[in-house]
Amino acid sequence: MTEFTATVTVRLKRGVLDPEAETTKRALERLGFELSALRSADRFELDLEAEDAASAEARADEMAERLLANPTIHDYDVAVAER
Amino acid sequence: MTVSVVQFGGSNCDRDAVRALRHLGIDAERVWHEDGLPADPDGIVLPGGFSYGDYLRAGAMAARAPVMAEVREAAEAGVPVLGVCNGAQIGSESGLTPGAFTTNASARFQCEPVRLRVERADTPWTVAYDEGDVIEVPIAHGEGRFEIEADAHDELVDDDRVLFRYCDTDGNVTDEANPNGSTDNVAGVLGERETVAVLMPHPERATLPDVATSTDGAGVLRAFA
Repeated sequence: MTEFTATVTVRLKRGVLDPEAETTKRALERLGFELSALRSADRFELDLEAEDAASAEARADEMAERLLANPTIHDYDVAVAER
Repeated sequence: MTVSVVQFGGSNCDRDAVRALRHLGIDAERVWHEDGLPADPDGIVLPGGFSYGDYLRAGAMAARAPVMAEVREAAEAGVPVLGVCNGAQIGSESGLTPGAFTTNASARFQCEPVRLRVERADTPWTVAYDEGDVIEVPIAHGEGRFEIEADAHDELVDDDRVLFRYCDTDGNVTDEANPNGSTDNVAGVLGERETVAVLMPHPERATLPDVATSTDGAGVLRAFA
Protein backbone atom coordinates (compact mmCIF):
# COMPACT_ATOMS: atom_id res chain seq x y z
CA MET A 1 0.00 0.00 0.00
CA THR A 2 1.17 3.49 -0.82
CA GLU A 3 0.12 6.77 0.69
CA PHE A 4 -1.44 9.26 -1.70
CA THR A 5 -3.00 12.67 -1.56
CA ALA A 6 -5.93 13.01 -3.90
CA THR A 7 -6.91 16.59 -4.65
CA VAL A 8 -10.53 17.04 -5.71
CA THR A 9 -11.43 20.40 -7.21
CA VAL A 10 -15.15 21.12 -7.42
CA ARG A 11 -16.34 24.08 -9.46
CA LEU A 12 -19.62 25.32 -10.84
CA LYS A 13 -20.38 24.23 -14.37
CA ARG A 14 -19.80 26.89 -16.96
CA GLY A 15 -22.92 29.00 -17.27
CA VAL A 16 -24.15 28.42 -13.71
CA LEU A 17 -24.46 31.77 -11.94
CA ASP A 18 -22.02 32.26 -9.03
CA PRO A 19 -23.35 35.21 -6.99
CA GLU A 20 -20.64 34.87 -4.34
CA ALA A 21 -17.89 35.06 -6.95
CA GLU A 22 -19.60 38.09 -8.52
CA THR A 23 -19.73 39.79 -5.12
CA THR A 24 -16.06 38.97 -4.49
CA LYS A 25 -15.14 40.36 -7.91
CA ARG A 26 -16.96 43.60 -7.15
CA ALA A 27 -15.16 43.87 -3.80
CA LEU A 28 -11.81 43.49 -5.56
CA GLU A 29 -12.80 46.19 -8.02
CA ARG A 30 -13.78 48.43 -5.12
CA LEU A 31 -10.22 47.97 -3.84
CA GLY A 32 -8.97 49.31 -7.15
CA PHE A 33 -8.06 46.04 -8.88
CA GLU A 34 -8.91 45.46 -12.52
CA LEU A 35 -10.12 42.02 -13.59
CA SER A 36 -12.49 40.70 -16.20
CA ALA A 37 -13.80 37.62 -14.37
CA LEU A 38 -13.50 35.67 -11.15
CA ARG A 39 -14.34 32.02 -10.70
CA SER A 40 -14.23 30.23 -7.37
CA ALA A 41 -13.84 26.53 -6.62
CA ASP A 42 -13.70 24.21 -3.64
CA ARG A 43 -10.59 22.12 -3.21
CA PHE A 44 -10.51 18.98 -1.07
CA GLU A 45 -7.27 17.21 -0.18
CA LEU A 46 -7.80 13.58 0.73
CA ASP A 47 -4.99 11.57 2.28
CA LEU A 48 -5.51 7.89 1.63
CA GLU A 49 -3.72 4.59 1.20
CA ALA A 50 -4.16 2.60 -1.97
CA GLU A 51 -2.55 -0.13 -4.08
CA ASP A 52 -1.66 2.34 -6.79
CA ALA A 53 -2.47 5.79 -8.11
CA ALA A 54 -5.29 4.49 -10.29
CA SER A 55 -7.19 2.97 -7.37
CA ALA A 56 -6.58 6.08 -5.24
CA GLU A 57 -8.01 8.15 -8.06
CA ALA A 58 -10.99 5.85 -8.49
CA ARG A 59 -11.85 6.11 -4.80
CA ALA A 60 -11.54 9.92 -4.77
CA ASP A 61 -13.64 10.03 -7.92
CA GLU A 62 -16.41 8.07 -6.21
CA MET A 63 -16.24 10.41 -3.19
CA ALA A 64 -16.71 13.37 -5.52
CA GLU A 65 -19.63 11.64 -7.29
CA ARG A 66 -21.41 10.71 -4.11
CA LEU A 67 -20.85 13.73 -1.90
CA LEU A 68 -18.24 16.37 -2.68
CA ALA A 69 -19.86 17.53 -5.93
CA ASN A 70 -23.48 17.92 -6.93
CA PRO A 71 -23.64 16.74 -10.56
CA THR A 72 -26.52 19.10 -11.32
CA ILE A 73 -24.37 22.20 -10.86
CA HIS A 74 -20.77 21.04 -10.52
CA ASP A 75 -17.86 19.75 -12.57
CA TYR A 76 -14.91 18.29 -10.74
CA ASP A 77 -11.47 16.93 -11.38
CA VAL A 78 -9.21 14.64 -9.39
CA ALA A 79 -5.41 14.76 -9.22
CA VAL A 80 -3.42 12.12 -7.31
CA ALA A 81 0.12 12.44 -5.98
CA GLU A 82 2.22 10.09 -3.88
CA ARG A 83 2.66 11.44 -0.40
CA MET B 1 -52.41 9.11 10.44
CA THR B 2 -49.31 10.40 12.22
CA VAL B 3 -46.90 12.55 10.26
CA SER B 4 -43.23 12.12 11.14
CA VAL B 5 -41.33 15.41 11.08
CA VAL B 6 -37.71 14.39 10.79
CA GLN B 7 -35.43 16.48 12.98
CA PHE B 8 -31.74 16.76 12.14
CA GLY B 9 -29.12 18.67 14.11
CA GLY B 10 -29.75 22.23 12.98
CA SER B 11 -33.38 21.77 11.89
CA ASN B 12 -35.37 24.71 13.23
CA CYS B 13 -38.80 24.51 11.60
CA ASP B 14 -39.67 21.09 12.99
CA ARG B 15 -41.81 22.47 15.85
CA ASP B 16 -43.53 24.90 13.50
CA ALA B 17 -44.42 22.07 11.15
CA VAL B 18 -45.81 19.92 13.98
CA ARG B 19 -47.84 22.82 15.34
CA ALA B 20 -49.23 23.79 11.93
CA LEU B 21 -50.21 20.20 11.18
CA ARG B 22 -51.90 19.76 14.57
CA HIS B 23 -53.76 23.03 14.03
CA LEU B 24 -55.24 21.37 10.95
CA GLY B 25 -56.24 18.34 13.01
CA ILE B 26 -53.44 16.21 11.63
CA ASP B 27 -51.47 14.20 14.17
CA ALA B 28 -47.75 14.88 13.90
CA GLU B 29 -44.65 14.20 15.92
CA ARG B 30 -41.00 15.02 15.72
CA VAL B 31 -38.66 12.13 14.98
CA TRP B 32 -34.96 12.49 15.76
CA HIS B 33 -33.13 11.29 12.66
CA GLU B 34 -30.90 8.85 14.57
CA ASP B 35 -33.98 7.09 15.97
CA GLY B 36 -35.22 6.30 12.47
CA LEU B 37 -38.78 6.41 11.19
CA PRO B 38 -41.63 4.53 12.88
CA ALA B 39 -42.45 1.14 11.34
CA ASP B 40 -45.18 2.26 8.95
CA PRO B 41 -44.91 6.02 8.56
CA ASP B 42 -48.12 7.68 7.37
CA GLY B 43 -46.43 10.82 6.15
CA ILE B 44 -43.03 12.49 6.32
CA VAL B 45 -41.98 16.13 6.54
CA LEU B 46 -38.38 17.19 6.02
CA PRO B 47 -38.48 20.53 7.82
CA GLY B 48 -36.59 23.77 7.30
CA GLY B 49 -33.49 24.90 9.13
CA PHE B 50 -29.77 24.66 8.73
CA SER B 51 -29.04 20.97 9.12
CA TYR B 52 -25.36 20.32 9.79
CA GLY B 53 -24.73 24.06 9.52
CA ASP B 54 -25.19 23.91 5.74
CA TYR B 55 -21.69 22.39 5.57
CA LEU B 56 -20.48 21.63 2.06
CA ARG B 57 -23.87 22.57 0.54
CA ALA B 58 -27.24 23.18 2.13
CA GLY B 59 -28.81 19.77 2.74
CA ALA B 60 -25.77 17.80 1.59
CA MET B 61 -25.01 16.16 4.94
CA ALA B 62 -28.57 15.39 5.99
CA ALA B 63 -29.26 13.91 2.54
CA ARG B 64 -26.65 11.23 3.29
CA ALA B 65 -27.85 10.50 6.84
CA PRO B 66 -29.05 6.89 7.27
CA VAL B 67 -32.65 7.97 7.92
CA MET B 68 -32.85 9.23 4.33
CA ALA B 69 -32.61 5.66 3.04
CA GLU B 70 -35.78 4.99 5.06
CA VAL B 71 -37.37 8.16 3.69
CA ARG B 72 -36.58 7.14 0.10
CA GLU B 73 -37.96 3.65 0.71
CA ALA B 74 -41.16 5.12 2.18
CA ALA B 75 -41.43 7.56 -0.73
CA GLU B 76 -41.14 4.70 -3.21
CA ALA B 77 -43.91 2.88 -1.34
CA GLY B 78 -46.21 5.87 -1.84
CA VAL B 79 -45.94 7.51 1.59
CA PRO B 80 -46.42 11.29 1.18
CA VAL B 81 -43.13 13.15 1.66
CA LEU B 82 -42.88 16.95 1.84
CA GLY B 83 -39.58 18.85 1.94
CA VAL B 84 -39.74 22.49 2.97
CA CYS B 85 -36.83 24.94 2.57
CA ASN B 86 -33.84 23.08 4.03
CA GLY B 87 -36.02 19.99 3.62
CA ALA B 88 -36.30 20.83 -0.08
CA GLN B 89 -32.53 21.14 -0.29
CA ILE B 90 -32.21 17.76 1.47
CA GLY B 91 -34.78 16.26 -0.89
CA SER B 92 -32.98 17.38 -4.01
CA GLU B 93 -29.55 16.48 -2.61
CA SER B 94 -30.83 12.98 -1.87
CA GLY B 95 -32.32 12.53 -5.34
CA LEU B 96 -35.97 12.51 -4.23
CA THR B 97 -36.60 15.38 -6.63
CA PRO B 98 -34.68 16.72 -9.64
CA GLY B 99 -32.47 19.82 -9.77
CA ALA B 100 -30.61 21.65 -7.02
CA PHE B 101 -31.19 24.64 -4.77
CA THR B 102 -28.18 26.92 -4.57
CA THR B 103 -27.09 30.46 -3.67
CA ASN B 104 -29.71 33.16 -4.33
CA ALA B 105 -28.89 35.40 -7.28
CA SER B 106 -28.77 38.28 -4.79
CA ALA B 107 -26.11 36.39 -2.74
CA ARG B 108 -28.21 37.38 0.28
CA PHE B 109 -30.44 35.62 2.76
CA GLN B 110 -34.00 36.64 1.90
CA CYS B 111 -36.91 36.54 4.32
CA GLU B 112 -40.09 37.91 2.76
CA PRO B 113 -43.59 36.97 1.63
CA VAL B 114 -43.79 35.79 -1.98
CA ARG B 115 -46.59 34.91 -4.35
CA LEU B 116 -46.79 31.45 -5.89
CA ARG B 117 -48.84 30.31 -8.85
CA VAL B 118 -50.35 26.88 -8.39
CA GLU B 119 -49.29 25.00 -11.53
CA ARG B 120 -50.99 21.70 -10.70
CA ALA B 121 -54.22 21.39 -8.76
CA ASP B 122 -54.55 17.63 -9.16
CA THR B 123 -51.85 16.57 -6.70
CA PRO B 124 -52.26 15.69 -3.02
CA TRP B 125 -50.44 18.95 -2.16
CA THR B 126 -52.78 21.22 -4.05
CA VAL B 127 -56.31 19.80 -3.78
CA ALA B 128 -57.24 22.95 -1.80
CA TYR B 129 -56.42 25.15 -4.79
CA ASP B 130 -57.38 25.63 -8.40
CA GLU B 131 -54.80 25.64 -11.15
CA GLY B 132 -53.59 29.20 -11.64
CA ASP B 133 -54.45 30.28 -8.08
CA VAL B 134 -52.04 32.78 -6.54
CA ILE B 135 -51.11 32.06 -2.93
CA GLU B 136 -48.97 34.03 -0.48
CA VAL B 137 -46.36 32.09 1.47
CA PRO B 138 -43.09 33.34 3.01
CA ILE B 139 -39.58 32.42 1.98
CA ALA B 140 -36.56 32.47 4.31
CA HIS B 141 -33.44 31.22 2.58
CA GLY B 142 -30.02 32.09 1.25
CA GLU B 143 -29.79 29.11 -1.08
CA GLY B 144 -33.10 28.76 -2.85
CA ARG B 145 -32.21 29.38 -6.47
CA PHE B 146 -33.46 26.38 -8.42
CA GLU B 147 -30.88 25.14 -10.89
CA ILE B 148 -31.34 22.25 -13.26
CA GLU B 149 -29.64 21.04 -16.42
CA ALA B 150 -31.40 22.05 -19.63
CA ASP B 151 -32.49 18.54 -20.66
CA ALA B 152 -33.66 17.68 -17.14
CA HIS B 153 -35.62 20.94 -17.10
CA ASP B 154 -37.30 20.03 -20.40
CA GLU B 155 -38.23 16.66 -18.92
CA LEU B 156 -39.54 18.32 -15.74
CA VAL B 157 -41.78 20.62 -17.76
CA ASP B 158 -42.87 17.88 -20.20
CA ASP B 159 -43.81 15.66 -17.27
CA ASP B 160 -45.71 18.57 -15.69
CA ARG B 161 -43.84 18.22 -12.42
CA VAL B 162 -43.49 21.92 -11.57
CA LEU B 163 -45.85 22.40 -8.62
CA PHE B 164 -45.40 26.14 -7.88
CA ARG B 165 -43.80 29.06 -9.70
CA TYR B 166 -42.93 32.47 -8.24
CA CYS B 167 -45.32 35.05 -9.69
CA ASP B 168 -46.71 38.54 -9.15
CA THR B 169 -50.03 39.25 -7.42
CA ASP B 170 -51.86 38.72 -10.72
CA GLY B 171 -50.27 35.36 -11.31
CA ASN B 172 -47.82 36.51 -13.98
CA VAL B 173 -44.57 34.56 -13.90
CA THR B 174 -42.01 37.33 -14.37
CA ASP B 175 -38.35 38.01 -13.62
CA GLU B 176 -39.40 40.75 -11.19
CA ALA B 177 -41.48 38.25 -9.21
CA ASN B 178 -38.61 35.78 -9.03
CA PRO B 179 -37.02 36.39 -5.61
CA ASN B 180 -33.88 34.32 -6.00
CA GLY B 181 -33.12 33.81 -9.70
CA SER B 182 -34.65 30.33 -9.88
CA THR B 183 -34.64 28.72 -13.31
CA ASP B 184 -38.11 29.14 -14.87
CA ASN B 185 -39.30 30.73 -11.56
CA VAL B 186 -39.57 27.24 -10.08
CA ALA B 187 -40.44 27.34 -6.36
CA GLY B 188 -41.54 23.74 -5.86
CA VAL B 189 -41.40 20.46 -7.77
CA LEU B 190 -42.79 16.96 -7.62
CA GLY B 191 -40.75 13.80 -7.35
CA GLU B 192 -41.26 10.81 -9.61
CA ARG B 193 -44.42 10.16 -7.65
CA GLU B 194 -46.88 12.95 -7.05
CA THR B 195 -46.85 12.02 -3.37
CA VAL B 196 -43.33 13.50 -3.11
CA ALA B 197 -42.92 17.27 -3.25
CA VAL B 198 -40.35 19.86 -2.23
CA LEU B 199 -40.66 23.64 -2.10
CA MET B 200 -38.52 26.49 -0.81
CA PRO B 201 -41.39 28.63 0.60
CA HIS B 202 -42.74 27.74 4.05
CA PRO B 203 -46.39 26.58 4.04
CA GLU B 204 -46.19 25.90 7.80
CA ARG B 205 -45.48 29.61 8.32
CA ALA B 206 -48.66 30.48 6.46
CA THR B 207 -51.07 28.23 8.31
CA LEU B 208 -51.68 29.52 11.85
CA PRO B 209 -53.96 32.60 11.70
CA ASP B 210 -52.55 34.06 14.93
CA VAL B 211 -48.97 34.28 13.73
CA ALA B 212 -49.21 34.59 9.97
CA THR B 213 -50.50 37.28 7.64
CA SER B 214 -51.58 34.54 5.23
CA THR B 215 -53.01 31.09 5.83
CA ASP B 216 -52.64 30.14 2.17
CA GLY B 217 -50.04 27.49 3.01
CA ALA B 218 -52.48 25.30 4.92
CA GLY B 219 -53.65 23.69 1.70
CA VAL B 220 -50.23 22.12 1.14
CA LEU B 221 -50.20 20.54 4.60
CA ARG B 222 -53.74 19.21 4.12
CA ALA B 223 -52.21 16.57 1.87
CA PHE B 224 -51.56 14.69 5.09
CA ALA B 225 -55.18 14.86 6.28
